[in-house]
Amino acid sequence: MKEKYLSTGNEACGEGAIRAGCRFYGGYPITPQNELIAYMSRRMDEENRIFIQSESELAAINMVLGASAAGARAMTTSSSPGISLKQEGISYLAGCELPAVIVNVMRGGPGLGNIAPAQGDYFQATKGGGHGDYRMLVLAPASVQEMFDFTYEAFALADRYRNPVMVLTDGMLGQMMEPLEFDKGIKPSGIVDKPWAMTGAKGRKAGSVKSLFLGEGVLERHNKKLQEKYQRMSDKEVKFEAYKTEGAEIILIAYGTVSRITRACVDTLAEEGVKAGLLRPVTLWPFPCAEISRLAKKGTKFLVVEMNAGQMVEDVRLAVQDDKRVSFYGRMGGEIPSEEEIVGEVRKIRKGK
Amino acid sequence: MTKKFTKPRSMKDAATHYCPGCGHGLIHRLICEVIDEMDARENAIAIAPVGCAVLAYDYWDFDTMEAPHGRTPAVATGVKRILPDRLVFTYQGDGDLAAIGTAEIIHAGNRGENISVVFVNNGVYGMTGGQMAPTTLLGQRTATSQFTRRADKEGFPLKILEMMAVLPGVTYLERTSVHSPGDVMNTKKAIKKAFHLQLEKKGFTMVEVISPCPTYWGLTPIEAMERIKKEVVKEYPLGVVKDGG
Amino acid sequence: MAKKTVKLKMNIDIERCKGCLLCVDICPQKALAMSSKVNKRGLRYAVLKYPEKCTGCGLCALMCPDCSITIEEDK
Repeated sequence: MKEKYLSTGNEACGEGAIRAGCRFYGGYPITPQNELIAYMSRRMDEENRIFIQSESELAAINMVLGASAAGARAMTTSSSPGISLKQEGISYLAGCELPAVIVNVMRGGPGLGNIAPAQGDYFQATKGGGHGDYRMLVLAPASVQEMFDFTYEAFALADRYRNPVMVLTDGMLGQMMEPLEFDKGIKPSGIVDKPWAMTGAKGRKAGSVKSLFLGEGVLERHNKKLQEKYQRMSDKEVKFEAYKTEGAEIILIAYGTVSRITRACVDTLAEEGVKAGLLRPVTLWPFPCAEISRLAKKGTKFLVVEMNAGQMVEDVRLAVQDDKRVSFYGRMGGEIPSEEEIVGEVRKIRKGK
Repeated sequence: MTKKFTKPRSMKDAATHYCPGCGHGLIHRLICEVIDEMDARENAIAIAPVGCAVLAYDYWDFDTMEAPHGRTPAVATGVKRILPDRLVFTYQGDGDLAAIGTAEIIHAGNRGENISVVFVNNGVYGMTGGQMAPTTLLGQRTATSQFTRRADKEGFPLKILEMMAVLPGVTYLERTSVHSPGDVMNTKKAIKKAFHLQLEKKGFTMVEVISPCPTYWGLTPIEAMERIKKEVVKEYPLGVVKDGG
Repeated sequence: MAKKTVKLKMNIDIERCKGCLLCVDICPQKALAMSSKVNKRGLRYAVLKYPEKCTGCGLCALMCPDCSITIEEDK
């Protein structure tokens, strides 16, 4: 039976983790996700699971590494500067093929920046951030409901692929309040056996969880195996939402908070007789390049809107293969673009400016 | 009475990559002997460091995992909290524990994590070519203290065990050595005590083992053991630092 | 009551031995010495030069960092 709650995005994210059976949470306070860690502090204890406010973001990701290696569903959350600290740990998770969920509630950067919402960590999330050839699934919620749904789903994805998964959101989604609905009796999904887990070598050979492979050719073979896995992820897990994109003369591409604003722009432009559409990537990795390429064949123009200096737009340009048709509008430093600004940009593009 | 001495069951067959006379081989063996005697092979989960002992999983026949440099106590925390009845221990060098991992070791101790730590202190960074460690002695020449360690420029040898002693969550701290048969036996006793206290859920335990690094001390293995006896234990006195068990 | 004396035998696995000489140094009977030959890894190794002096005390095995030494009943 579905229950309806009024929740902040941060708390919805936390509850999604609880319902997904997250057994270990390690985190450190940082604005704008402090509500999340406080929520986990209460809920994890209520559910008799493990919560640790660690000494640093470094320690938190490494506790998650340990908990995951021991076979538990584990999560850490932070915001931009803290996620920078976690990059080594993320690379290790990927190299060791350990599942984990990492939530980044983005804020203005670079450096200490500010505590306003931003999307400046797209590169960090999708192009590495950590060292080495690895990938992780990146999910971009755009509502409080999706903060719950995507976090809940992230644990199943992480276990399915034995890989870290990131939920990439921002301070606005974290702090805003919206209705949240889920089945009160919801159980964790996608539970798998973990014969590789470090549980003590009872009745089996001693195992090791590691990412160091010094033998000749061994690391390359390991990397090939990882790349094959990432290809499978790429083939199977692309998700996007298309809003009025068929037959559109201009398609706005945005995710998260910005997608909510651009959706309203599509409707405003329709009133002016402009056939606009919105393509909202739900997975930022794998990126919906195939869908964008398909739309591009019809001669449409694209306007990519982000809260950064232009990051996702590079992936759109790659997919469209025609720079003349791809425009970008962005606000940086924690500023949120308004409907008027975006609609103004569309008008400019239509006028050929 | 028949006396037998063989490679412990928990030690794999592989010959180690450690230098001749390195303390790691000895301490690895002592840990395996203790685990055999405690019948804990199927219960043990070890977290290996970054350092010369990064390949410990090639030598130990029980579950052993890797950790990023210095984060070993945090990784162990994650494992132990999920599997509280296993024997979870870290094995760390002086860079892993006393440099990059200082926050992690102090906070694991401060939270009273029910883990054991084997801290191998050889006063130098072996794996990377003999650089100065926080535990390098004053007057010791290393790759990054080319004019020897000077207090005014490079600070003092760090005494982690003594620092940890003030933490209420820390139960048992002892410093031992491997430079003589008696000290080797003491090291084994201390490790066994730490492991038993862990299984009795008595809190955080740590054994610091003064170990030789002949290669980067520029000494023969026999001379290196002599140096421990004559110089190192003066700076790092052996004995129990805390025993709340 | 007749005491049964058991002769203990000390063996060195010369391929594991790295020639650190800790056993040679610790042996109270000075029964061990460094070989003049090298093993497959190009390292000289310890040898039981005076087997009749060995009492099977085990100090060599205790100090060996490489598990090269075993001590068994000499049957």
